[in-house]
Amino acid sequence: MKSYRFDATVLTLGFAFLYIPIIILIVYSFNASRLVTVWGGFSLHWYQTMWSNQGLMDAAWVTARVGLLSASIGTILGTMAALALVRFGRFPGRMLFSGMIYAPLVMPEVITGLSMLLLFVAIGIDRGFWTVTVAHTTFTMCYVAIVVQSRLLTFDRSLEEAALDLGCPPVQTFFKITLPLIFPAVIAGWMLAFTLSLDDLVIASFTTGPGATTLPIKIYSQVRLGVTPEINAICTILIGLVTIGVIISSITTKRTELRRQQDEHMALRGPV
Amino acid sequence: MAKSLGPIKRKFSPWTDPAAVPFIRFENITKRFGTFTAVDNLTLDIYEREFFSLLGPSGCGKTTLMRMLAGFDEPTEGRILLQGKDISGVPPYRRPTNMMFQSYALFPHMTVEKNIAFGLEQDKLSKGEISARVEEMLKLVKLETFAKRKPNQLSGGQRQRVALARSLAKRPKVLLLDEPLGALDKKLREETQFELMDIQTNLGLTFLIVTHDQEEAMTVSDRIAVMDKGVIMQVATPAEIYEAPNSRYVADFIGDINIIEGTIASTQSALGAPGEVLIESDGIRLAAEQECPAVSGDKVAFAVRPEKVRISPDQPADTSVNAVHGEVWDIGYLGDFSVFIVKLDDGRVMRAAQANVSRLVDRPITFGDMVWLTWPRDAGLVLTR
Repeated sequence: MKSYRFDATVLTLGFAFLYIPIIILIVYSFNASRLVTVWGGFSLHWYQTMWSNQGLMDAAWVTARVGLLSASIGTILGTMAALALVRFGRFPGRMLFSGMIYAPLVMPEVITGLSMLLLFVAIGIDRGFWTVTVAHTTFTMCYVAIVVQSRLLTFDRSLEEAALDLGCPPVQTFFKITLPLIFPAVIAGWMLAFTLSLDDLVIASFTTGPGATTLPIKIYSQVRLGVTPEINAICTILIGLVTIGVIISSITTKRTELRRQQDEHMALRGPV
Repeated sequence: MAKSLGPIKRKFSPWTDPAAVPFIRFENITKRFGTFTAVDNLTLDIYEREFFSLLGPSGCGKTTLMRMLAGFDEPTEGRILLQGKDISGVPPYRRPTNMMFQSYALFPHMTVEKNIAFGLEQDKLSKGEISARVEEMLKLVKLETFAKRKPNQLSGGQRQRVALARSLAKRPKVLLLDEPLGALDKKLREETQFELMDIQTNLGLTFLIVTHDQEEAMTVSDRIAVMDKGVIMQVATPAEIYEAPNSRYVADFIGDINIIEGTIASTQSALGAPGEVLIESDGIRLAAEQECPAVSGDKVAFAVRPEKVRISPDQPADTSVNAVHGEVWDIGYLGDFSVFIVKLDDGRVMRAAQANVSRLVDRPITFGDMVWLTWPRDAGLVLTR
């Protein structure tokens, strides 16, 4: 009994540490007062001002476009890199290539951001929407490559061989057999890439230019002038979106598991 | 019980006909993976409509040989001829062979129907033709009611049937089977072996099967190639492999056998006619009716199958050859057979198997009994390799 109480306390403390800041943020987004530290009653006022704040909305739109585009390109490139690493066997330079895929994961973001900036300056590209997208593609594709690579390592090669054996050329085999089967990993990689792009402040602030302010940059610059409950409001919406995403994905996982169990019963039962 | 026995099988032995043209020919095939030689300068002919087995322990090169025929691996040296044409460099998707994989390799995201239709769709057949062929295949493997299921909704035996149907759907010239029955339990495996033989005979196809299960190879094959370390030790019919193995390796790999090392004392019968080999082995004299390629004084092995050894508590009339005395050390009761492990007076061990023809034996031979083991002169075999 005593140890149960101890466990419960530890658990509560842990969760409190994780979630109290978020709860405070959400609660104060409904604050009628302009002051962040004083509760002035319930209000949806800040959601209204947020909606009519053109700068904030523009930034949100830029972020969404950068996220969708860079996650998609990053997923294609990352999947290709993963295929090369897993499938081409021991080609010369494989270790180097593999290391180069992992490096951006441990590289400080400041360095990635700075090096991208220097590159864009060197080749004389105007910084803006496209430079942020390229920069985000570069660092998110590594994450996709790792997610897809781990799926490919457990992929049964004989499935592809069977398709080839039945007369299906290699490219079609990839689209008819391999891709449908690794698709969950590709989607997971895409979602990871999108989240990382959405989240990124450092790399974006190095590589962006006028007219392409992303949401994190906008929030950060507004906070420097003082936190307004408007920021709380937009953050609450972001948290809501993430929560919905998590709930959907966990329901899907549960459903798949349930279907798998039913299939197993069916296999044991015999013909219907 | 087999439900139907199908047509009576006719004698089939194209390999004895010197004019017969082989359907598949492996010509001086060598395959190296790095420094490891998986297949070593191997030559082998397989004939049309033959059910041919590659038999050997894992790592003997049998799967590599099959994969080279399917086109997944290219030989390092040598060439493979199919109907007289060199198929080196032809990619797997253009070869008239189909393979049934050990893991079955069913496409998990497609129904049984779609799996079977996959190969046909690649051939650009019409929808009607495809569905007719799929139906025919489902009927062949008795899975008509399972057409809409996914592979993970099937039992192991059913999956195996789908894999077979899929590999047969394109009516390949050669069907390659890689350990096809390995995952099935014994009873189902035996049933399926006979079904495979029926299908092979009825469709008139050439089957090449890779297996490490000697019983399976013996049951289904017209001929067996016993392989070891990338080379073929012997190619022959199951009966020849069993009764006349050409080496210690083959004799030991197929079934149970007593091998006694000895020296040739003479290669003539008592009357001086050739055709009988007499072997001395530490005081035991062994005789075999056989033309022997070795000469007196050569070290050879004498081999005799346990079921050809008679076990008796009574001393035989003639103890000069093929008769040894010992003590029953252990008995393995297998139901149809009992295997007696006998420790000879000089410490060596021999096995004798006896069919349990009657349910009750008045005076059964049991542990510790002193017994005589005898066998006729045509039971043993001299092995020089």
